[in-house]
Amino acid sequence: MTNTDSNPTPEIRKSLYRQMTRIRLFEETTHELYKSGRLTGMSPHLCIGEEASAAGVISALNPDDYILSTHRGHGHCLAKGAEMGKMYAELFGKETGYCHGRGGSMHIADVSKGNLGANGIVGAGLPIAVGAALSIRKRGTKQVVVCFFGDAATNQGSFHESMNMSKAFHLPIVWACENNLYGLSTPIEKVSATATLADRAKGYAMPGFSIDGMDVEAVHTVAVDAVARARAGEGPTLLEIRTYRYFGHGASDHRPYRTREEEQEWWKRDPVAGYRMKLIAEGVASEAELAAVDQEIAK
Amino acid sequence: MAEKTFREAITEAMAEEMRRDEHVILIGEDVGTLGGAMGASKGLLGEFGEGRVIDTPISEAAIIGSGLGLALTGQRPVAELMFVDFSGVCMDQILNQVAKVRYMLGGQPKVPLVIRASCGAGKGYAAQHSQSLEAWFTHVPGLKVVMPATPRDAKGLLKSAIRDDNPVMFLEHKLLYNSKGDVPDSDPEFLIPLGKAEIKREGTDITIASHSRQVLNCLDAAAELAKQGIEAEVIDMRTLRPMDFDVVQASVEKTNRFVYVEEGYPQCGIAAEVVARVAEHCFEYLDLPPIRISAKDTPIPFARVLEQETIPSVRRIVDTVLAARKWAVPAA
Repeated sequence: MTNTDSNPTPEIRKSLYRQMTRIRLFEETTHELYKSGRLTGMSPHLCIGEEASAAGVISALNPDDYILSTHRGHGHCLAKGAEMGKMYAELFGKETGYCHGRGGSMHIADVSKGNLGANGIVGAGLPIAVGAALSIRKRGTKQVVVCFFGDAATNQGSFHESMNMSKAFHLPIVWACENNLYGLSTPIEKVSATATLADRAKGYAMPGFSIDGMDVEAVHTVAVDAVARARAGEGPTLLEIRTYRYFGHGASDHRPYRTREEEQEWWKRDPVAGYRMKLIAEGVASEAELAAVDQEIAK
Repeated sequence: MAEKTFREAITEAMAEEMRRDEHVILIGEDVGTLGGAMGASKGLLGEFGEGRVIDTPISEAAIIGSGLGLALTGQRPVAELMFVDFSGVCMDQILNQVAKVRYMLGGQPKVPLVIRASCGAGKGYAAQHSQSLEAWFTHVPGLKVVMPATPRDAKGLLKSAIRDDNPVMFLEHKLLYNSKGDVPDSDPEFLIPLGKAEIKREGTDITIASHSRQVLNCLDAAAELAKQGIEAEVIDMRTLRPMDFDVVQASVEKTNRFVYVEEGYPQCGIAAEVVARVAEHCFEYLDLPPIRISAKDTPIPFARVLEQETIPSVRRIVDTVLAARKWAVPAA
């Protein structure tokens, strides 16, 4: 569902909940499948905890807008309209998967829905996003590109090249940085010139916003504005979506680099559970209604 | 048919394809107003405008990535790297993105991208601007690698490369830009297929295969050798990946002797690949071990006399072939 209004309607809000729940369930199931040995290969990179980013940003897009995704890309893929069955087929390496089993988790894509692909190289999607935006400009359409990348990608040379070129050429791009505080085991603040990644936007004379990424409506509201700006020909925006991945980088990561206390603090801000409570409390949806949504997705 | 330079042939190929298909776009450093650092895109900005001839910042990763993004969204871009040596800056985009996206995504998108780059030594541009790195790209599944030696081949191959729905590395030796040759210019459908080698000189005594500028040295060497009674068959590989080995095999079965001449570094180069195939498929036909002639194993020096010593010369090719006679298996 596309929203062009910064104040989400009850329908939008329920669909945000639905999308986040869909992502959460998919990821939890994927986790179980990998743990039990039924999924093999490199461990999937789960986005549990980061659902509000994918759901909040992508709900601001039209079906023909493009996204570039990361190695942690199941949430983006689902939010852009992918079918769970075909995604699982890809994770299982089946011919019937989105990539006919050639790509797997890290390279999942659904080009027909504008998802130009997850990427196994940190920061590699940004230059490709520049190209997709140049294509839009050349064709004169009103499409927009959202490029997702992590906090650690902002330290790659490709980030600099792409940010600069997008502003210099006034390209219709929303740069969506999902800052989950760690590049695998390395705290981002230890290896970055500025701890607030949105500040990097200043170096490129573009608007930059740092958002509570555990609040799906906050993400959605800012994303709607940034997408509108791009669509109106006003150029790129940098979004820093402050979020947290509850699980490790991958399955074998036992997270010695952060405390369980820290994790517990972030669990208290679970974007899915928190939004559920909020919707019920505000009378947007009843407990029964949301339970029905959960059941439907679980099938 | 008209006599054109290699450079003009490339410009013509791009112009014809850009006229034929409005999706063809050129992107790179200085390709617009300047007409290309090598002059290969002269006139294109004037004819096709800023929307289709794009001058970029010095951002090689973004240039190649842009090429990929354009290709994934319905365009047919030609991305230019000023020097192939700069591929170090954007190697992830070439190796892990451009070469692999169509495969990893199960064929969902086409990737009709041509990456053009100048390459080669002999102009005193020194180590970082004189390399021949085609072995790197020829190594990688998912890329096609084309290196013309003549203006005619340059035009026909570049047009085919632009029409190909897969990524093509199109490498232009800088010493070839001013070289002249006859080029068909009245038929916009003049195409040379990728993946086909060509016998540039027929012979019976020894097969000398090569690509790019060294083909010209091989032809000059063949003329020298003919004075000594040795008739060399010179093969221009033209496309390195996919490689047309059949032409080489047929030739070696005829001549029983094989030399590969290239300008790349000696270890793990194109010559190594072709010689390996010759050893595998033509073993019983060989009267002497296959020979590789390449640049010396050193960064390309600046000083002219050193540079000339480093890259294969007509002299070195002739002397190597003459010396090889000593190892020849006498006829039964």
